[in-house]
Amino acid sequence: MTTLQPPVAAKPRKARPPAQGDRRSWTGWGFIGPFVAVFALVFLAPIAYSIYLSLFRDQLIGGTQFVGMDNYTQALKDERFWESLARVSLFLAVQVPIMLGIALLIALALDSGRLFGKDFFRIAIFLPYAVPAVVATLMWGFMYGTKYGLVGDINDAFGVTLPDPLSSDLVLASIGNIVTWEFIGYNMLIFYSALRVIPQSLYEAAEIDGAGQVRIVTAIKLPAIRGALVIATIFSIIGSFQLFNEPSILRPLARNAITTDFTPNFYTYSLSFNGQQHNYSAAVAIIMGLITMVIAYVVQLRGMRKGA
Amino acid sequence: MRRKTSRLMRGLAVLSVLALGATACGGSDDDSSGQKPVSADDVQAALKKGGSVTVWAWEPTLKTVAADFQKKYPKVKINLVGERSGDKHYTALSNAISAKKGVPDVSQVEYFALGQYSLTKGLTDLASFGADKLKDKYTPGPWNAVSEGDKVYGLPMDSGPMALFYNKKVFDKYKIAVPTTWDEYVDAARKLHKADPKVYIANDAGDAGFTTSMLWQAGSRPYKVDGTKVSVDFSDAGAKKYTDTWQQLIDEKLVSPINGWTDDWYKGLGDGTIATLASGAWMPANFTTGVPNASGDWRAAPMPAWTKGDKASAENGGSSLALPALGKNKELAYAFVEYANSGAGVQSRVKEGAFPATTAELKNDAFLDTEFKYFGGQKANTVFADSAANVADDWSYLPFQQYANSIFNDTVGKAYVGNTKLADGLKSWQDASVKYGKEQGFTVE
Repeated sequence: MTTLQPPVAAKPRKARPPAQGDRRSWTGWGFIGPFVAVFALVFLAPIAYSIYLSLFRDQLIGGTQFVGMDNYTQALKDERFWESLARVSLFLAVQVPIMLGIALLIALALDSGRLFGKDFFRIAIFLPYAVPAVVATLMWGFMYGTKYGLVGDINDAFGVTLPDPLSSDLVLASIGNIVTWEFIGYNMLIFYSALRVIPQSLYEAAEIDGAGQVRIVTAIKLPAIRGALVIATIFSIIGSFQLFNEPSILRPLARNAITTDFTPNFYTYSLSFNGQQHNYSAAVAIIMGLITMVIAYVVQLRGMRKGA
Repeated sequence: MRRKTSRLMRGLAVLSVLALGATACGGSDDDSSGQKPVSADDVQAALKKGGSVTVWAWEPTLKTVAADFQKKYPKVKINLVGERSGDKHYTALSNAISAKKGVPDVSQVEYFALGQYSLTKGLTDLASFGADKLKDKYTPGPWNAVSEGDKVYGLPMDSGPMALFYNKKVFDKYKIAVPTTWDEYVDAARKLHKADPKVYIANDAGDAGFTTSMLWQAGSRPYKVDGTKVSVDFSDAGAKKYTDTWQQLIDEKLVSPINGWTDDWYKGLGDGTIATLASGAWMPANFTTGVPNASGDWRAAPMPAWTKGDKASAENGGSSLALPALGKNKELAYAFVEYANSGAGVQSRVKEGAFPATTAELKNDAFLDTEFKYFGGQKANTVFADSAANVADDWSYLPFQQYANSIFNDTVGKAYVGNTKLADGLKSWQDASVKYGKEQGFTVE
């Protein structure tokens, strides 16, 4: 059949390509039109506008002028920016593996079917995710207090001196603790749902082959949820690079430890709102966006290649 | 065209760069910043005609003033918006001015922040309303802060001559004399902390406003401003006096690392673990409302001196009411500002605990004889008035002090957590301020 058709079909297709081509494309646009409009308005336009902004400089004395790539060269040489990037990179390297590791263990435990009160356990782990980040941070901020907070109470009650979680040495770890608490449930759910779709027949086959539980985990479960692992990792990378809520809310409690350039996002915020340097802030934001994209993409490529 | 787009640009920058929310920002074309002289008759006519005035101010005593004003001029409606204060207030004001939309007709502006707005032509010159003739009504410090040559950018609302508030109960309990010099202060700090390790002479975790006021009192003049020429220098003799003394307190952990205006702070002031507080004369109202349980414990004393017998004082805080250039109903707005800060409003505000910037009130016997129940019946205003008379008026803030203050804890703050010395911290604050000044087009030396 197929060998016969091309000569027949070729002629009419040549004869009326414009009409058919047109109708086809318009119908397609009709479907994606609403999406494209919103996408352009809330995503492309702000990015384009930020790029436009980043090419200017607005000074208290002298007003606005076009400066080309000056803001970018300045940002690339900006120690404060690189320090903040190094800080979130450290955060990423330590916090993300811990968080995803714990989330994976819990997901595997839930999936094993050997847990008593599985539903309660699952919802309890997930619950912190339902608490708004602002509320969670305020709550933790209170607990971290060495004067009148939980840490202070423990110190008083047991006569010990716990290290101050909001000191400049520990504050990053304290923020990591908050973020871990917030997002374990979310990641656990991603892993758990990926585990649930693995066909039972694979387990049966494994049992027949005499595989133990550990072997099943390493040989079946983990390879099967590799996609979910990669996705969760990418989300976590983006989340780490965009760290903002936690430091900004904890800052009033630890002004000397959490500087205005603590994370890249917090730095752009400070530049824009305290320094009125909107243009430079836009340049820093775009550089940060590019870095995040590149790293997330590399992780995705590597993750997928291993999967293949 | 360039100017118009730049305004629109700055307005939109806020939402597009950070995508914090979607607010519409349209560039409106009306340019109402032209300043013709306005006579008193024009103001009276406007008051008769009526209208509304939007006021952004967190000063609590303005509520009564607004009510009284509306009673006197029934056709005028005052919309007092007072939820924001400090940084948030200035962010909102700057954004409104950039976006040319939603700018208030009257705004509270602290003395340290006036420079930034007047420099960028964000404020109306009140001399066009005849405000320059009010000069003699005010004490020199505040007037110096609101005026620049023959221009007047706001009317002083209150002032903050500094005093040392101390918890008498704590000092009596450990039989320690109230310090009159800063050396005695350091001594008292050691004794107090030795007597009870929970007690600290003061809280200080790095506060730009406090540090600059302390430098002011110590005779340091780090900021020199001449139009667009500025200089920053924290290495003069006054600054050294301050850092030498304060470094001892930090090194020996004699100051409690608590930030002001936090829950911990109010608790510390209430339970006697913070024994003194060097602050502006506007503080009593905050004691009454914020630390009610310690009523009767506290007293006010003159600031400790840097050399025995020296009476030099400084200002801490204090604010003015100004008219943003883009505000509307200028005549009504000015009428309200004059009523609140120079007219009948002053008395009603003083009654509610504000500390005035007007000479007449400061010299008034009834004012000086007011007994503060909170301070155990002490006539605290005599202490404050004495301090006000001894404020050196040649201090100036940077035209971008608001930004400089925002990075204080990034730089000087390091000294409070032991990573560096106070003097070095001030040096890096200086460098960062100079860098920003240059970026903003100032000539910095």
